[in-house]
Amino acid sequence: MDLTFSDSDLSFRQEVIAFLNTEYPSDIKEKQDKRITLDKEEIVRWQKILHQKGWFAINWPTEFSGYTELSVTEKYILQEELAKANTPTAIPFGVGMCAPVIYSFGTEEQKEKHLPSILNSDVWWCQGYSEPGSGSDLASLKTKAELKGDKYVVNGAKTWTTLAQHADWIFCLVRTETTSIKQEGISFLLIDMKSPGIEVKPIITIDGSHEVNMVYFDNVEVPQENLIGEEGQGWNIAKFLLAHERSGIAGIAALKRELNRLKELSSEIPLGESTLLEDPQFRSKIEETEIELTATEFTELRTLAAMSQGGSPGAESSILKIKGTELQQTISELFVEMLGYYAHPFYLENEIGSNETVGPDYAAPVMPHYLNYRKVTIYGGSNEIQRNVISKAILGL
Amino acid sequence: MDFTFNEEQTMIQGQVEQFVQKEYDWETRQELSNSDLGFGDKNWKTFAELGWLGISISEDNGGFGGSSIETMLIMEEFGKGLVVEPFLETIVMSSGLLDKHGTEEQKAEVLSAVINGDMHLALAYAEPQSRFNLSDVVTEAKADGENFILNGFKSVVMNGPSANKIIISARTSGKQLDNNGISLFLVDSDTKGLTRTDYKTVDGRKASDINLENVSIPKECLVGSLDEGFDILDQAIDRSILAISAEAVGAMEVLYKTTVEYTKTREQFGTPIGKFQVLQHRMVDMFMEYEQCKSLLYMATMKNEEGADDAKKAISGLKYQVGKAGKFVGQQSVQLHGGMGVTDELNVGHYFKRLTTIGTIFGNADFHLKQYTAL
Repeated sequence: MDLTFSDSDLSFRQEVIAFLNTEYPSDIKEKQDKRITLDKEEIVRWQKILHQKGWFAINWPTEFSGYTELSVTEKYILQEELAKANTPTAIPFGVGMCAPVIYSFGTEEQKEKHLPSILNSDVWWCQGYSEPGSGSDLASLKTKAELKGDKYVVNGAKTWTTLAQHADWIFCLVRTETTSIKQEGISFLLIDMKSPGIEVKPIITIDGSHEVNMVYFDNVEVPQENLIGEEGQGWNIAKFLLAHERSGIAGIAALKRELNRLKELSSEIPLGESTLLEDPQFRSKIEETEIELTATEFTELRTLAAMSQGGSPGAESSILKIKGTELQQTISELFVEMLGYYAHPFYLENEIGSNETVGPDYAAPVMPHYLNYRKVTIYGGSNEIQRNVISKAILGL
Repeated sequence: MDFTFNEEQTMIQGQVEQFVQKEYDWETRQELSNSDLGFGDKNWKTFAELGWLGISISEDNGGFGGSSIETMLIMEEFGKGLVVEPFLETIVMSSGLLDKHGTEEQKAEVLSAVINGDMHLALAYAEPQSRFNLSDVVTEAKADGENFILNGFKSVVMNGPSANKIIISARTSGKQLDNNGISLFLVDSDTKGLTRTDYKTVDGRKASDINLENVSIPKECLVGSLDEGFDILDQAIDRSILAISAEAVGAMEVLYKTTVEYTKTREQFGTPIGKFQVLQHRMVDMFMEYEQCKSLLYMATMKNEEGADDAKKAISGLKYQVGKAGKFVGQQSVQLHGGMGVTDELNVGHYFKRLTTIGTIFGNADFHLKQYTAL
């Protein structure tokens, strides 16, 4: 057991810091620091910068990324420094989700067609999983893909599709067969968003933002070669993907940054002759959160260490999902609490960062963030479902 | 001991309930909230015609001399409909204060206009540094011949945009955190030097930040005695806590019931999700939190009405519970509605938002736990 970083780890950290100092564009940094929603162009620009350095698709096998392999510790350091500097979170749908499916299950043609454009952030992907009638019970999905000649004809509707308004392509779970075991009739299909018959409708959330969408499919024709794996293999691919998601790492690093920011800001909020940070009640909530966060960080590190020795993440990723999202919500709530009355003035996405807002200059995005983050215990398999997974897979209940 | 309402109270409750059911469907509420005014002027006139605006104002001042029980009943029904008309701000917070402590001239000028629905008021007590402490006042009022000159800044003044007159707390002597030395002034909102920045709040209502720069007002604007405004303000806030807690109880009732109904109809895994025990227990907890709030609401309202020694402690206990329970019920209603709960389209998220602001307004759970301990 050893918690210290090696000399090469330390010099890697210096390399990351030096890279961020010179390569992190100041215009993006300014928007990030003001918590202004980034445009598509800005996100793509940043992802391309990371890719140039070989730090974008760090979880891909190097034969597909062409990168120099990073160790588990180096990945951890990289994620931590990226989060510390408050760089934009990479959009996971292409690089973190669709790509692993393609390089694990796709044909050579599919790999050649899609992986380079994902790597270079030239194509924006979104995820077509949930449907109005299929949330937690994802396998009950009804969007139908019927093979007619050499094309699938897709009909149905997907919902909660994050940033579909920016997307060039969507990867979908579709029903290719009605089977008695519902999981067996599901297939994994890649669909060009420019195909005739696709309609994207915004869903506005309680924070007033447009992040998620409905995506309707009306007789959308999809070439048969866009099927990944075999017909009926979609559910297994989806399960593979769930276990493969590594977004947790960035989550913890960002939480540490936000908790530190909370401490810093609350130390500047007057409370009588003292400050809010010195208030025993508020202080103890921060400390409790910090302890929980440290525990979650080391639970994640233990999981990563086991994986680097050939273990598979399995149900442990459910622990990280539950703890990570609960921490995200707790911290977003503490920000609201910190602000008191100045959490209440409400501005839309496009007004945040303007000179029109009242209260402390960091106040405007705080409440929208709190409201928006109610989603995190619902999406990606609700925390109730995650607890079922742990109960079944780990406790054997 | 008696928990029943008298005939008049039952009648009022029925009236308000009917208004909310018939005149205040969700689309109407959203339209009103999104309008420039932010609420329904016609509704306000209806409230006046039905006598609700004067219900708690004493008969001497042209009201109906009702008790805080009537206010509680009205606010609870308003909470069910998420009513955005500024009854809390104009009537409970401000008119109540003037009814008890205004000069004869002030009462004559303001109260009948308020009762008729022709005037709106606001109470400006918070400052950027004050958080929830009513005695933390740096806004200054200096005597200047026959006038007072006000300088300072007031934060998040609810109903500020519509208020014709604003009651402002200002320091006339003492130090920043002293209870003594605070005075209240009734100021026309169009007085020179008073600048409002108006904005929407997250709960679909409106508020203002108010800058005061050499605002010169006649001495007659003083409400209550010089330097002795704190107690008056504190009592007005206590009555307002009772009212806003009643609103929260109404909102919580709608949320737990809506959630129960939703889980009966939403099917996943071939069964209504309300059949899952983990969700059943969650909803039982939501229901119990609501009941506990209602119990403390009745208790604190009656204690305050009777002028009991421990009324203030009871009110802090209530506000603590409302803060805690409102958060739990609001968050869990969203969670149990899944993705639908976070949409702007569904009313659930809006009830959650109002419960969120109620949790903070007049002091959050931490603040009132501290008050409770100190009392």
